[in-house]
Amino acid sequence: MFLADVLGTVVSPVQIPWLDGGTLLLLRPVLPDGTPTGKTRIALDRAQAGVGDRVLVLDEGNGGRQILGDASAAVKTIIVAVVDYVEQHGQLAYDHQHPTPLAPLK
Amino acid sequence: MLIGRVVGSVVATQKDEKLTNRKFLLVQVHNPQNEPTSQYVVAVDSVGAGPEDMVMYATGSSARQTELTDGRPCDAVVMAVVDSWDLGGENIYEKWA
Amino acid sequence: MYLARVIGRVVATHAYPGLDGVALQWLQPLDENGSAMGQPLVACASISSGPGDLVHFVDGREAAMTCPETFVPVDASICGFVEAAHSLGRDLAAEGA
Repeated sequence: MFLADVLGTVVSPVQIPWLDGGTLLLLRPVLPDGTPTGKTRIALDRAQAGVGDRVLVLDEGNGGRQILGDASAAVKTIIVAVVDYVEQHGQLAYDHQHPTPLAPLK
Repeated sequence: MLIGRVVGSVVATQKDEKLTNRKFLLVQVHNPQNEPTSQYVVAVDSVGAGPEDMVMYATGSSARQTELTDGRPCDAVVMAVVDSWDLGGENIYEKWA
Repeated sequence: MYLARVIGRVVATHAYPGLDGVALQWLQPLDENGSAMGQPLVACASISSGPGDLVHFVDGREAAMTCPETFVPVDASICGFVEAAHSLGRDLAAEGA
């Protein structure tokens, strides 16, 4: 699992059936201090996350299928939690109550 | 999946017993513009591709989703011989041209 | 899953059994700015997408689950059209990214 910031929503009118009724969110993976890292992803939201939230993302095959309870689901990237805070070396690296602004787009 | 040209084969006598009777192809990866890159991959052949064929290969656990590679130590499999492709409406590769 | 633009089509008549009739298309993955992210790849199309369309795709073993036959060596599949992709207030789809 990894941490990511939610950048926005993705609207898909025609899609595979396992995604129907779900919310897709655009994610930017981040390091604990909020520095962007890795590839931009789209995830199925299972934690009622919103834009600006820092979330915990599962991006591993079988885990996604287990969460959906469907062994044939073609879904891999799933938001499993909204992060309250992250502690690193005894310091508060992220606090949901006092979030740092998201780094702007290029 | 990525596309590459079969530039050779790999023969190994001493190997995991689950890989016996499997053909390993040496594939040089091409970019979408059909230019060879410096990337090579050794993949198990599941379609009977031949030398100089342009092929498509799948990697990761998907590579074990064939009768030949199911449950075997393999992470790249040639799964199609490419006939042609186009990019932005322009024909880039044509096997029979 | 990732955001991507369909940039081309691939024809491969000689493919692994079970992949007959499955459309193959070149994808350019996109980042949160709508710019190219990494190298293009070939994916199966489980929807009626075509060059120019903005789509999302899944990679890894799950990709095969979108195919009519699910035990096939496929490591990327287009999952749906993208009508709007909001990124920090910008709509990447409306911008034609």
